Amino acid sequence: MEIIISILAGVLITTGIYNLLQKQFLRIVIGTVLLSHGAHLFILTMGKLKRGQPPILTDGVTDYTDPLPQALILTSIVISFGITSLLLVLAYRTARENNTDNMEELRGTENE
Amino acid sequence: MYKPNDLILRTTTSLIAFILLGFAVYLLFAGHNSPGGGFIGGLVTAAAIVLMYMAYGIETVDKVLPINFETLISIGLITAIVTGLGSFLFDVPFLSHTFDYFEFPIFGEVELATAMLFDIGVYFTVVGVTVTIILNIANDQ
Amino acid sequence: MSNLVVLPIIIPLLAGVIVALFNKKVAVTRTLTKLFSILNLGVAAYLSWIVFTTDSIILETGEWVAPYGIILVADPLASLLVLTTNIVAVACAFYAPHSLSLRQETHYFYAFYFFLITGVSGAFLTGDLFNLFVFFEVLLMASYALIVLGGERIQLRESIKYVLINLFSSILFVTAVAFIYGAVGTVNMAQIAERVQIQGQDGVLTTVAILLFFVFATKAALFPLYYWMPKSYIVPNTVVSALFGALLTKVGIYSILRVFSLIFVHKLELTHETFIWIAGLSMLFGVIGALSTNNIKLIIAYNIIPAIGFILMGLGVFNQDGMSGSVYYLVHDMIIKTALFLIVGVIAYVAGTSDLRKMGGLIHYYPGLGWLLFVAAFVLAGIPPFSGFIGKLLLLQGTLSEYEVVITIIALISSLLILYSVMKIFIRGFWGEKDETGKYEKKSTKGLIGPIVYLLAFSIFLGVGAEWIVPSVESISTYLLDPEIYIESVLKE
Repeated sequence: MEIIISILAGVLITTGIYNLLQKQFLRIVIGTVLLSHGAHLFILTMGKLKRGQPPILTDGVTDYTDPLPQALILTSIVISFGITSLLLVLAYRTARENNTDNMEELRGTENE
Repeated sequence: MYKPNDLILRTTTSLIAFILLGFAVYLLFAGHNSPGGGFIGGLVTAAAIVLMYMAYGIETVDKVLPINFETLISIGLITAIVTGLGSFLFDVPFLSHTFDYFEFPIFGEVELATAMLFDIGVYFTVVGVTVTIILNIANDQ
Repeated sequence: MSNLVVLPIIIPLLAGVIVALFNKKVAVTRTLTKLFSILNLGVAAYLSWIVFTTDSIILETGEWVAPYGIILVADPLASLLVLTTNIVAVACAFYAPHSLSLRQETHYFYAFYFFLITGVSGAFLTGDLFNLFVFFEVLLMASYALIVLGGERIQLRESIKYVLINLFSSILFVTAVAFIYGAVGTVNMAQIAERVQIQGQDGVLTTVAILLFFVFATKAALFPLYYWMPKSYIVPNTVVSALFGALLTKVGIYSILRVFSLIFVHKLELTHETFIWIAGLSMLFGVIGALSTNNIKLIIAYNIIPAIGFILMGLGVFNQDGMSGSVYYLVHDMIIKTALFLIVGVIAYVAGTSDLRKMGGLIHYYPGLGWLLFVAAFVLAGIPPFSGFIGKLLLLQGTLSEYEVVITIIALISSLLILYSVMKIFIRGFWGEKDETGKYEKKSTKGLIGPIVYLLAFSIFLGVGAEWIVPSVESISTYLLDPEIYIESVLKE
C-alpha cells in the first residue's frame, strides 16, 4: 500500500513540475496545486498507512493509526488552500495589468 | 431582451443552500471531537453563500445578507485569538482547553468545549476570506 | 509565566486584526501601529532580559508535554533575534506613514505589517520543525500581500515570480519534513536531534539535511539560489523593502543556523565544508551584482547576499569564534540593512529617481542625509569601531583558527568591494556641482530621518558597546555548539 501511494505521490509531483514549467499562468497554478497534493500524500505515507485502526495513545495498545501525519496534512492543506486562492487572484490581476498570461513576456529588463 | 434561463438553478439553490447551511452548523459544532470543524464548516457556508450569489445576483444577495465579509475576517480572528488569550486568566499554558457536560432543556446532555469557541473564530475567518476572494474576482469585470 | 513566550507572537497578531478593523481611519491606525510596536518591543526586551538573566523559557501549548505537543522555545538566540526584529519593526512603523501613499495605507498595509512580524517572531521562537513551516507560511503570506501593495504593473510582474519560487520551496519544505518524520518519527526539533544522535546521521538523513538546506537557502537567497531576490525586493515601497531585507532572508539563515547546529552536526566534513564554499561564492556573486548596477535600491538589495554569506561562513567553520561571529553579524546586519534601505528610500524620494547616473550634488541640499549614508556605509563594511568590524573580526578569527585561508581572503576582498559599492552611491549621488537649474528643489524629509538615526544609534551602540555585548554573544555560541543543552531544556530528561 505504501509503495502504491508513494508512486502516486511521485506521479503527482512529476505532473506538477511539468505544469510548473509551462508558460501559461493557469497551468502554473494547477502545477503548484498538484505539487502540494503530492507532498501531502507523501506525508500520509510516511506515517504508515493503516485502515480501521483508531488513533490512540494508551499504554499496551500496539495496533493504532498515527494521528500526527493527519494533523500535519490538515494544516498544510489549509495553508495551500490559502496560497492557491491568493495565487489565483494575483495571476488574474497580473494578466489583466500586463495584458498577457505568458511568463516569457514578463521578463524585466529595464534594470539591466 | 436577454432573459436568463436559470429556473432550475434558482429553485434548487433555495433548497440546497439551506441544507448546506444546516450541515455547516452541524460540522462546526461537531468539530471538536469528531469529523468536522471550523474550517470545513466555514467552507461549506461559503459554498452556500457563493451559490446564492450565482443564482440571485450580487445586488439581491447583498440586500438579503448585509454582511461586510472583510470585517467578518477580523471578527473571526479576534474571537480565535481571545479564546487563546483566555488561558492567561486561568494561568495555564497558551491554548489549553477544557470541556464539561451540561444539561439543556431540549438537547439533553451536551458536551461543551472551549475548543469550540476557537472553532467559531476559525469558522468566521474562513467564511470571510473565501467569500471575499471569490467576490473580488467576480466583481471585477 | 511560560505564557510570556507567546506574547511576541500574539501581540502583533491581535494588533494586526485591530488595525484591520479601523482600516478606513488612517490617523487611528497610524497611532495604534506605533503604540503596539513599542509595546511589543517592550515585551520582547523583557523576555530577552529574563532569558539572559535566568534560563530558556519553554511553553508547551495546550498542556501537551513535549515532544507530543507544539512547543515554543525562547532560548538566548531566539529571544535576541525577536528583540532585534522588534527594534527594526519600530523604525519601520514610524517611517511608514511618511513614505506610503494613502492608498497603500488603506490597503491594509499596517495589518500585513503586523502579520509579518507575527510570522517572523513565531519562526524564531518555535521548537518544532513543522511549526517552523507554518510560521514561514504566515510571514510569506503577509509578504505576498505587501509586495503587491499598490498594484503597479512592475510589482505584479515581479511578485508572481516571488510567490512561485517561495511556494515551490515551501512544498519542498513539507516534503523534507515528511522525510524526517519517516526517518526518525518526530517533528519536534529537540527529539529529532536526540534521535539523530542515537541512530547516527546516515545517508538518508544527510540527504534530507541537504534538502532542508536547499529550502532554507532559497529563502535566505544564498548562491546559487539568490536570482529571484534582488529584483523582487526593489519593486515594493521602501518600507516593505526594508522589512523584507531585514527580516525575510534572515529567517532563512536563522533556520540554517538552528538546524545545522542542533540536528545535523555529525557529518561536518560533508555539510559544513560545503557551506564554506557556498558562503564564499555568495559573497563574490553578491558584490559583483552590487557593483554591476546603477540602481541604488538594487545595490542595497544585492548587498544582502554577501551578508548572508558571512553568516553562513561562521556556521561553516563551526567553532566558538565563528559561531559568535555569525550571531553577532546576524543582529548587526538586520539593523544596518533596514537603515540602509530606509536611507536609500529617502535618497530616491528627494532625487526623484533611483538611477545613479541621473543624480549628483545632493550634499548641497541634504548634508545630513549624506553623512548618514556615509556612516551607514562604514558600519556595513566594518570599519572599526563600528559593529560590522566586530562581527567580521570574530568571523575571521574563526576561519583563521581552522586555517581556511581562501575564504578569509574572499571575505576581506568582498568587504572592501561592499564598501566601494555603497560609497559609489555617496560619490556619484552626493558629490558634484550644485545643481542650479532647480531640478531638486528642497523637499521635506520630516519624519523620514528620525527612524534612520534611531537605527544607526543601535548599530553604533552594537559596535562601541561590544565590551558588554560580545560576552552574551559568546555565551550564545557556546550554547549553540552544545546541542545537549537545548535537548535537555526541552525534553527535561
